[in-house]
Amino acid sequence: MSIAKQDIELLRLVTVGSVDDGKSTLMGRLLYDTKGAFEDQLQAVRKDEGEGADGIDLAQLTDGLAAEREQGITIDVAYRYFATPRRKFIMADCPGHEQYTRNMVTGASTANAAVILIDARKGVLQQTRRHTHIISLLGLPHLIVAINKMDLIDYDEATFLQIKEELSEFCARQNIHDLICIPVSALAGDMVVERGNNMPWYEGKTVLETLETIDVSGHLDENEFRFPVQYVSRPQTKELPDFRGFMGRIASGTVKPGDEILQLPAGKRSKIKEIITFDGNLDEAFAPQSVTLTLEDEIDISRGDIIVHADKPPHTAKELKAIVCWMGEEPLSPHKKYLIKHTTNTVKAMVSEINYRTDINELTRDESANELAMNEIGKVSLKLMKPLTFDRFEDNRATGNFIIIDSFTNNTVGAAMIC
Amino acid sequence: MLTSGKTDNSINMIDKTMPQHKLTQLQELESESIHIMREVVAEFRNPVMMYSVGKDSSVMLHLARKAFYPGPLPFPLLHVDTGYKFQEMYEFRDWYVKKVGAKLIVHRNEDAISKGMNPNEFGVARCCGALKTGALLEALEKGGYDAAFGGARRDEERSRAKERVYSMRDSFGQWDPKNQRPELWNLYNGRIHDGESVRAFPISNWTEMDVWQYIKEENIPIVPLYYAKERPMVERGNHLIPAENSQFLLEGEEPKLVMSRYRTLGCMPCTGAVRSSATTIEEIIEEASIATRSERETRIIDHGSNSMEDKKKEGYF
Repeated sequence: MSIAKQDIELLRLVTVGSVDDGKSTLMGRLLYDTKGAFEDQLQAVRKDEGEGADGIDLAQLTDGLAAEREQGITIDVAYRYFATPRRKFIMADCPGHEQYTRNMVTGASTANAAVILIDARKGVLQQTRRHTHIISLLGLPHLIVAINKMDLIDYDEATFLQIKEELSEFCARQNIHDLICIPVSALAGDMVVERGNNMPWYEGKTVLETLETIDVSGHLDENEFRFPVQYVSRPQTKELPDFRGFMGRIASGTVKPGDEILQLPAGKRSKIKEIITFDGNLDEAFAPQSVTLTLEDEIDISRGDIIVHADKPPHTAKELKAIVCWMGEEPLSPHKKYLIKHTTNTVKAMVSEINYRTDINELTRDESANELAMNEIGKVSLKLMKPLTFDRFEDNRATGNFIIIDSFTNNTVGAAMIC
Repeated sequence: MLTSGKTDNSINMIDKTMPQHKLTQLQELESESIHIMREVVAEFRNPVMMYSVGKDSSVMLHLARKAFYPGPLPFPLLHVDTGYKFQEMYEFRDWYVKKVGAKLIVHRNEDAISKGMNPNEFGVARCCGALKTGALLEALEKGGYDAAFGGARRDEERSRAKERVYSMRDSFGQWDPKNQRPELWNLYNGRIHDGESVRAFPISNWTEMDVWQYIKEENIPIVPLYYAKERPMVERGNHLIPAENSQFLLEGEEPKLVMSRYRTLGCMPCTGAVRSSATTIEEIIEEASIATRSERETRIIDHGSNSMEDKKKEGYF
């Protein structure tokens, strides 16, 4: 990495796979070649005298907890950072086992792209379908599949194409539009950072080139304006005796002074007066900027309210349906009361019905399910204590998701996407 | 300026193409950090911001000023003072806190300090336990704080790679790595029982390079110790140890002047310097971009049997 340019973009990605797929080797190469890990950190986890990326036991680098090293397993999402002169990457690394579905959902929730690994000798496995399904549920725009261990099948193009075709068919059904398949040998270093000489038939990008060039915008600014109010600023100081500003991070869309707005769920109307930041007022602001808005009229707005453009309101309702990934030790059960946190709003809710549970391996629906255990995914109906303003997840990732909190233990027990 | 103020608008007027709604990665990190700070202030009864005087603290404090502008900071700063900090750190602290108009609380474990706690006689682990962790827990309890902002980053050390933005602590301030809440999207669960507290890390996703770049972009003042100059040092193993205070020197150690600077700042006896000629922020960035060793390597406190993970379990940040 040369001197990092200041105008580089950020890509958040999630990597999924088990050690057997060669994920450690692939990530080790990315981290080593882009200097995402320092020599002293690598030295501490070197397993032999190997040079460069080869001798590194990457699991040791990311499995930072003593309990993980003792048991030789990854029990949590690890965040790693690396940068090239073109981009900075935040990589949420998730273990690939079935029982860790919740980790994958967690890691994927903040990501714009997913990297999953396939062993070229084994092709598309149940595990691949499970991971792809979760990527699709979480609405990630890009899926990069590294078809690894090409060296073990003599870099055979036909096998690569066959796996690619099978995946394309599956992804089309899963609503994943941007699938990128790359033939890779993480061990030999082919098509990770360097192209190598073994696959002249492949004309696409390497893994790193792909990560450096895929669209990261998420097109948040093209969506409707949504501004969940985090905090109402009323300094009441000598200089600012009557100031009232609404602080928040624009979840989607753009906003300008003069725009007609609606405050929900109460439904009061006003106009944007100013968009305030420490660096001066703005003529336009867009997602995901954090700003402070002032309004032309004195209307009552508090944390949990959402400010939107008057002509493009979201839904407001006391009932909703959502796809839930359950993360609690105690299963989700109907008629139990929970708290849900949606944008900056926390409301009490009750599960009125479990519509179905997804068999995450077969991708079939069990409509007779009456609970969701940890790591299970299903569709549920919820009744809320007060009206909530939201979008469908498929229309807006930022205002279409919520977490479920156990009101007794206070733990986060579920992740949900509104249908 | 990071966010598009007047400068950017004038650029847009010249360039007639559609405005690009893009943030640089630093602007995106800045916005995320501001979002986290506002969440904590909105959801907790009595937050406090840890202020260690180092570069990460400087960045965090700057972000906090941005987050709550045009209002004042809605929480005090807390400096846990071991008494062993560099003189330049105390001077900088008092000057900068006054300049930005923040309220500063300084807490020291007076009991241990009066008993002469020091790393050479009592060992690094015991000294840290008393003067840092002990003092921190005392201060948090005394202030009745239910949330404390810390400037820790996930890229610093491997047990931190799995740390949450909201790190749950029991009533003894202890961290249980197996009992941390999943964090999804930008929804942070700040619900706690009486006596429990949260350590909130708004710059979790920043790297050392991001911090330096941001200091440069935003012109954030930092302690002069980060810049290279000739300083009296002794060489101990692979470390350059500051020799300004002779009481921490071991027998036979002879100080000499070395062109050097600090990559991280801690207590004088336990913070090593690095050989460097970087006297400007640009040169520091240049140096950081070609560095092959992590900044924490100069912290004697992270090495040895008492790992960061163990210290966090006991209540350390």
